[in-house]
Amino acid sequence: MAEVLLAADGLTRRFGGLAANRDVSLSLVRGEVHALLGPNGAGKSTCINLLSGDLPVTSGRILLRGADVTPLPNHRRSLLGLGRSYQRTNIFARFTAFENCRLAAQSRDPQAWRILGRAHGNASVRDRAASALEQAGLGVRSNVVGAALSHGEQRQLEIAMVLATGADVLLLDEPLAGMGAEESARMIELLKSLRPAHAILLVEHDMDAVFEVADRVTVMVEGRVLESGLPHQIRASAAVREAYLGEPEASA
Amino acid sequence: MRLRASRVALLVAAVAVIAFPFTDSAFYTELLAKAMILAIFALSLDLLVGYTGLVSFGHAAYFGIGAYATVLLAPKYDPASLWLVLPGAVVAAGLAALVIGLFVLRTRGIYFIMVTLAFAQMVFYVFHDTGLGGGSDGIYLNFKPSAAIGSLQPFDLGEARQQCWFVAALLFLTWWFLARLLESPFGRAIVGIRSNEQRMRALGFATVRYKLAAFAIAGALAGLAGSLYAILFGFVTPELLSWHQSGNVLLMVILGGIGSLAGSVGGAFAFVAMQEVFSGWTKHWQLLMGGVIVAAVLFLPGGLAALPGRVRRAFGAGGG
Repeated sequence: MAEVLLAADGLTRRFGGLAANRDVSLSLVRGEVHALLGPNGAGKSTCINLLSGDLPVTSGRILLRGADVTPLPNHRRSLLGLGRSYQRTNIFARFTAFENCRLAAQSRDPQAWRILGRAHGNASVRDRAASALEQAGLGVRSNVVGAALSHGEQRQLEIAMVLATGADVLLLDEPLAGMGAEESARMIELLKSLRPAHAILLVEHDMDAVFEVADRVTVMVEGRVLESGLPHQIRASAAVREAYLGEPEASA
Repeated sequence: MRLRASRVALLVAAVAVIAFPFTDSAFYTELLAKAMILAIFALSLDLLVGYTGLVSFGHAAYFGIGAYATVLLAPKYDPASLWLVLPGAVVAAGLAALVIGLFVLRTRGIYFIMVTLAFAQMVFYVFHDTGLGGGSDGIYLNFKPSAAIGSLQPFDLGEARQQCWFVAALLFLTWWFLARLLESPFGRAIVGIRSNEQRMRALGFATVRYKLAAFAIAGALAGLAGSLYAILFGFVTPELLSWHQSGNVLLMVILGGIGSLAGSVGGAFAFVAMQEVFSGWTKHWQLLMGGVIVAAVLFLPGGLAALPGRVRRAFGAGGG
């Protein structure tokens, strides 16, 4: 049976008179990659910000493991197992890759508030950071400073940090943005490897990538959900083709 | 290698501080104690500015609260116990910072700077315009606090040398405490907040609480410095909490190098030394001081703390 980890019900967010998200509903299931598509300005990033708690909703409800988290701020949702990456790389540029992940893992440490103990003395936090780096394919780069990593590696680090928190709901905002073909292929393999244990929301522009990994696709246009379904249904949908894919041969 | 060089420098400085009072110059011994007290003050501010990313322009409030608490906690006609007034001053300043922090931490950037200043001005006027601490005339600490524990008298603050060493010991303790704090999980978290608060929140850190804790710790340490200042000079006035004082300590941190503990200590010493030298030359010494600070910001970004690295590079990597 599908295990729904995150469910959004009727999310609306207004900025003044503009409804950036209107009545958006979607759900994330463990073992599935749910892709969120749409043209620029369709409200995909707003949607992620609402789900993560970076932005408060105007109306609607967000359920995490069945519990209403709508009023909780982002850091509380994070502690409940919700992790996100950012569209524009958002790492600690002056810290090493390892320290980026160690800090992420530390957020789950019951002793995170200790003022005199050594941060590097905590073996369980260190281990979680190291295994997250390993999983994201950055094991050999752990001592490199964030700013010195390649763009693709920084994108991997974004995900490694989320993994280091132990989150099982992943909201990934364009993890493939700006990547070369080889880097993209690596990232897609990483996403596939994460799929069994996680519920993943993937916002992405790269169509080929989306249809390669997505188990479910939701298409947004002008802040609302245009269509939601299995990848082949989305490919076949005339409305989607008209609104977004544009070219008539896109379903080929 | 570099670590060893800095250790040697620290050891030399410590020996110099311990040996200096033997020169028997009461004036310079007092000046040294003053510089070390301001070093504690600068260290406390650097925790906020350099490591948490909070530019407080009202840090003198906590220094002043510590100084006033020391005098107000002391009985009028007897020496107070040092072990009462010193912790009392630290707690008073820390609590004040905790309460004020609850308000000021709702703001960011330039607003944070202005709001910390506004609160400090409020505290200034409390002492300036009410009879609480003698109004604008200030108030005397009639006796040096006694360090006696029962019948045991470990040291005597009335003796200038011992007083200087006591201040040196507390400077060392403050420095050690902050160095340890920065290596702790809490310390790593505040440095993370300085560099990217949004990401820290997304990772599950309640960043406001961390900032509040840092603000209160910095306030408490500023209170320690203020208390020692009151004990050293036996006299406190509202000037101690004025915005000039908040500006001065900020300049010490900038001069020394934001985000460097050794830099803050060096910045405080340099500041006191310049004040002394320049005011001996001319009554317009503040003009000279301003010039030096502008020059330091222009030609030595990173402050005094960046100096060793510069020198090493100038003489080639092999020489270091």
